[in-house]
Amino acid sequence: MLAHAIFFYTFSFIAIVSAVMVTVSKNTVHSVFFLILDFISISCLFIMIGAEFLGMIMLIVYVGAVAVLFLFVVMMLNVSQQKNQWFISTESSKHIPVGLIVSVIIFFELIVVIGGWKYKPNLVSAMSLNFDNDISNTHSIGYVLYTDYIHIFQLSGMILLVAMVGAIVLTFKQRSGIKRQFYFDQISRERKDSVEIVNVENNKGVKLDD
Amino acid sequence: MIEIGLGHYLTLGVIIFTIGTIGIFLNRKNIIVILMSIELILLAVNINLVAFSIFLNDISGQIFTLFILTVAAAEAAIGLAIIVVYYRNSSTIRVEEINSLKG
Repeated sequence: MLAHAIFFYTFSFIAIVSAVMVTVSKNTVHSVFFLILDFISISCLFIMIGAEFLGMIMLIVYVGAVAVLFLFVVMMLNVSQQKNQWFISTESSKHIPVGLIVSVIIFFELIVVIGGWKYKPNLVSAMSLNFDNDISNTHSIGYVLYTDYIHIFQLSGMILLVAMVGAIVLTFKQRSGIKRQFYFDQISRERKDSVEIVNVENNKGVKLDD
Repeated sequence: MIEIGLGHYLTLGVIIFTIGTIGIFLNRKNIIVILMSIELILLAVNINLVAFSIFLNDISGQIFTLFILTVAAAEAAIGLAIIVVYYRNSSTIRVEEINSLKG
């Protein structure tokens, strides 16, 4: 139990510090790195608490795909060296106190919710127990995911498909001035379209019409 | 303090959620950091769902987390595509300079 507490505090401390660093670091690339660190420590927490499948999926999806996508876009847009003035902004810094107040209110509301939940008795024992301790976490997710939640699962696949199509459509740009291949035109080209045999008389030359 | 219960995980989720909202509000840099703050908020929600799922012995929370993960990935892809298009059109993604909807 002591080891559990030590690991929990270590990982959550790393997670909180790196979450702060995501928002305050000057360089956007550093923000992405701290985001990756945050994801890794939270997935360590997930694995430690017993949700191994989600921890691994978190590593694969977030660190492997999303964070690398962020990093790729940051590198592509060349914004890493943009100067930022933190709290010293010019005219539009009027909303900073309001934002801070709203954030602190959200924080205390959520804390109050947690505190009130802790004093509510018998909630744990009232829940239905469909957790089987004999099978692994991945097995139990699979049993539920492909039976009870199959329609939502397929719907999430549709969401990913729409997101992929949307991203491609948004960023696709038809460039001019480059040579492309038109497969159908190239294959369906025939001899009489491109080659012409003419009899050239002496000292006359040929008139081309192109 | 030694006994790690549900409240610890929920508090961690709350702290990360609040850091995400503060990051959205106080951002003076580019829009990419705002997207990263949204990812932090979704991560906090995932922590909540997984903690409840473990401590209440109900697997549905982890299924929900899986779907939130899917939606977060789709949202990041679309958002970054929009940012790329915006940068191509106006060659800036600084938050202060994106004010054409202000009227």
